[in-house]
Amino acid sequence: MSRVRIAQLSCGPEYSGVQKEINDAAAAVDAEIFFPDIRLADVRRNFTSFGLNVRSPDLKLAIARAKGLVEGQLEADAVFIATCFRCAEAAIVRNELRRYIHENSTLPVVSYSFTERTTSGTLLTRMEALTTIARRRALLARERQEGLTMGVDSGSSTTKAIVMQDNRIIGTGWLPTTEVIGSAEAVMATALKEAGVNREDIQAVGTTGYGRFLVGEKIRADLIQEELTVNSKGAVFLADCQKGPATVIDIGGMDNKAISVQDGIPGTFTMGGICAGASGRFLEMTSKRLGVDITELGPLALKGMSRNVPMNSYCIVFGTQSLVNALAAGNSREDVAAAACHSVAEQVFEQQLQEVDIKEPVIMVGGSSLIGGLVKAMGDLLQTQIVVPQYSQYIGAVGAALLASGYKKFQSGG
Amino acid sequence: MANVFIYPATSLILSDLVARFGHKPLGSALSVREHIQTAGFDSPPLQITPEDAKKGLKYAAVEVPSGVRGRMSLYGPLIEAAEGAIIVNDADYAFGCMGCARTNELIMFLVRQRGIPVLDLNYPANEKEGEEFVAAIKSFLDTLGETA
Repeated sequence: MSRVRIAQLSCGPEYSGVQKEINDAAAAVDAEIFFPDIRLADVRRNFTSFGLNVRSPDLKLAIARAKGLVEGQLEADAVFIATCFRCAEAAIVRNELRRYIHENSTLPVVSYSFTERTTSGTLLTRMEALTTIARRRALLARERQEGLTMGVDSGSSTTKAIVMQDNRIIGTGWLPTTEVIGSAEAVMATALKEAGVNREDIQAVGTTGYGRFLVGEKIRADLIQEELTVNSKGAVFLADCQKGPATVIDIGGMDNKAISVQDGIPGTFTMGGICAGASGRFLEMTSKRLGVDITELGPLALKGMSRNVPMNSYCIVFGTQSLVNALAAGNSREDVAAAACHSVAEQVFEQQLQEVDIKEPVIMVGGSSLIGGLVKAMGDLLQTQIVVPQYSQYIGAVGAALLASGYKKFQSGG
Repeated sequence: MANVFIYPATSLILSDLVARFGHKPLGSALSVREHIQTAGFDSPPLQITPEDAKKGLKYAAVEVPSGVRGRMSLYGPLIEAAEGAIIVNDADYAFGCMGCARTNELIMFLVRQRGIPVLDLNYPANEKEGEEFVAAIKSFLDTLGETA
């Protein structure tokens, strides 16, 4: 498949001045956005039979098109659902259509609520994931790492590298991201040294994360891939649940990802980063204010009771204010740490996890998965035992090393 | 000749009727054409830019979805310029269709706030009602011509 055709189901982007941004994001990943043609009679029939009696005609059209795609009246490789941020009617349609398409077809689908400030850059990672699932399903089905490969995850907070050989991790490298290329070169050197191999011995390299393009071009990576699909693969590989359903949660430094996975391939996913009060960055600030290293925050939180401290701000500034007030009121550091973890987990739960179908096992990955208090808070909210696999903080790098091992074979049609 | 706002604003039939009876129809064709013919923008398909959603703040507050404000940047000025309005309720999609129900509610409210003559009609269900529909529009527009 060369050019991926993405059907757009939407209300409002052309009137918000962001349709061009959507088109540009799709074009950047060699995809084409199109509005599926549908007969007027089918609009009426499909809308009525779907049963969600909304009033906005553009939403009625989106529903009719969704039914057309699922029932085979219309053809597409993937689906992009976009409606205005803050519109309740559209939010209901967006969620129901995403669920309907996911449950009744194999079409990859992503939804997004935009404002007039939405840019193609904001949409790029989502479009890239959408087209990857459509275009490289065979690659994503890969379950074993073969040969000697390396993965580099250039994240917003930290940079990680992994060297793998014949399905085993043999080298790791981890550093806070400062200078993008410099941090990547340093972690690669550490991972290679630990693995006891030279750069030229590596058969394939994959990059992911915010700095994936810059690092990927610099080190001539074989595969440059967004973190949604890569993290999904890494998570199910490390948690050893490549068959069946799973849910992957990655609370990152700058944004959070929640991915519903089936047989190792992402189905629906959300990627949010509107408010820093729901990010790993807030936990970093909490640990600084409490005077502990971030690695000590989790054990501290596990000794506290979150309900003793009111804290649930979307905003990192107001969240920190709550934290300072709680300490000034005489609350223990343990309770404050627990409240901070609960606050982040609760907001991810409320803002993002409602948009994906949570299916067990729930796997938490990324650096924040090492904060025990956060994992417990999320487990309490979801009423499940969260899985945190070994090497979970290296998830992107593991996924990149795994996918890179199959990429050359995939390219050659093997 | 009076400026007559039409609803649905996308209705070419309604626009044509107003023009045939000697008045200036104010609808999507007019406002969208202005946008599309404005040189220098590259924001297909309607050439509406994020700036238009900000212009819509005149009619709807910032917490209102951007799609509503963008639409109001098109229709708000038309309502302000209108000397009369024809509103067709529950129109068939083929007659003319306005995509956002919230915008439509606001348009209806603003039209009535203006205090201009308004003709409210139900979409005709058969040929007889269709004839009455056209006759009512003609009669309204004739009256409007006398007062304009």
